[in-house]
Amino acid sequence: MTKLRPDLQIIADNITPNARVLDIGCGDGALMMALRDLKQVDARGLEINPGNVASAVSKGLSVVQGDADTDLSAYPDGSFDYAVLSQTLQTTHRPDVILDELLRIGKQAFVSFPNFAHWRVRMSLLFGGRMPVTRLLPQTWYDTPNIHHVTIDDFRALVRDGKLKQEGQWFLSGDKRTSRAAANLLAEHAVFLLRK
Amino acid sequence: MNEDDRFGLNRHVRLMGPLPLDSGASLTPVELAYETYGTLNTNASNAILICHALTMDQYVASKHPLTGKGGWWTDMVGPGKPIDTDRHFVICANVIGSCMGSSGPATINPATEKPWGMDFPVLTIADMVRAQALLLDHLGIACLHAVIGGSMGGMQAISWTTLYPERVKSAVIIASAARHSAQNIAFHEVGRQAIMADPRWRGGAYYADDDPPSSGLAVARMAAHITYLSEEGLTEKFGRRLQDRESKTFGFDADFQVESYLRHQGISFVDRFDANSYLYITRAMDYFDLAEAHGGTLAHAFKGSKTRFCLISFDTDWLYPTSESRTIVHALNAAGAAASFVELSSAFGHDSFLLKNPEMNRIVDGFLKAGESV
Repeated sequence: MTKLRPDLQIIADNITPNARVLDIGCGDGALMMALRDLKQVDARGLEINPGNVASAVSKGLSVVQGDADTDLSAYPDGSFDYAVLSQTLQTTHRPDVILDELLRIGKQAFVSFPNFAHWRVRMSLLFGGRMPVTRLLPQTWYDTPNIHHVTIDDFRALVRDGKLKQEGQWFLSGDKRTSRAAANLLAEHAVFLLRK
Repeated sequence: MNEDDRFGLNRHVRLMGPLPLDSGASLTPVELAYETYGTLNTNASNAILICHALTMDQYVASKHPLTGKGGWWTDMVGPGKPIDTDRHFVICANVIGSCMGSSGPATINPATEKPWGMDFPVLTIADMVRAQALLLDHLGIACLHAVIGGSMGGMQAISWTTLYPERVKSAVIIASAARHSAQNIAFHEVGRQAIMADPRWRGGAYYADDDPPSSGLAVARMAAHITYLSEEGLTEKFGRRLQDRESKTFGFDADFQVESYLRHQGISFVDRFDANSYLYITRAMDYFDLAEAHGGTLAHAFKGSKTRFCLISFDTDWLYPTSESRTIVHALNAAGAAASFVELSSAFGHDSFLLKNPEMNRIVDGFLKAGESV
């Protein structure tokens, strides 16, 4: 099996076996495959890109083409143990509404996103004076799907304001785990596990 | 198993039923004409039922006796194809109400020993499915590995999952809908009125002198055929190009290629299809509304469903647009059913599901194979 993206690996490691999982923005289904094959998880996916959906379905995964902004309302309350939103939050029109939806549908939610306050992003803006283009944010400002850039501290504030509980947090730098200390400056990528 | 005369090409069976119909009437005998391909395995677990569309028939991958053409879905069905006759046992039966050997207005009414004509009972999609279930009983198939259909075939496939949920492991529903919209009904009504306005229709009693309402049926087909294509497809294929002439004739000949094409579609259709069958089958489609039978909430139709679903729509299909498939998908999600769905891109409108489409094949192939491993 090919190696999972590091944020997906963290999510996969922390999902309990036999759980019901909804992977929102599941791409070609890499996480779903790992969960199905290694943890006997009943995984369902939502993905906007038709080519990705076709790849996932041809692997035997249950993936529906749709948009997180419009298609989550069909899922009943509490119908999944986990809702997963990996590297998708920053592409949605209303991240706050999406977060509410995740915790309506799932008993718990994993959210991963690239940290816009990472020092490299800061340096790029400070010295380059232009919108940062980095490894995790590779697109230029005019063609990026990332319309709501977010920092770790921003996300923590959103969690606090929504009176949500943090059940876990993991940080990555250069695909390696990094400490919680000064994560907003040093982490390229964050993974949060939340519950209501 | 090959010695068994229930299996093979050009099969026909007369089952005594009786088959109770949604209208309250019942049908007996139930005649079914069907084709089978491949070999049923010893535990009868590799059967796939293909449900055909309005004007299609059981000749999904074999030669049509009237047109001589070699099957309407040969890109999808055959050895090594997604619906693989090397590993699947494939059944395709002519729907009741149709005219290729199954009970319909042109078959004999045992009470009068004459063709039924308009005395044939009005049918529903569910009635067609119940007749197919009788056939499966006859073939000794308790549970289908998959039921697959496009357009009206998709309506039958999805009805299978609600009428016989324990008999269907997987369902593939392509370019279809859970109900007929006002626009769908409207187009069908144009077709029916064209047939009934043909003086040769005579209340459907035209079989005795073999003088059917061909003009009306041809017009019905022409109107319907437009709905199967897309504007993009028509423009690409014909544009405003003239047919075998340098300039407009200032008359009412088929000046334009698109006119000539439609006329050809109409004329060739009447050689292989019965006008009364066209009335009955379009009626059955118009009556189709899966939510209606479940208290008006589509999700209730799929409550507790163990069937795996795969839905495919096409972006240029305006007859059964993507929004119709998405309505089904939302209901499946609400019911917690295992559902996959993708909208594919194709220039050819509703007819896209019948045409070569590698992406569609890849999806159906993967979906069916995944069902075999569990």
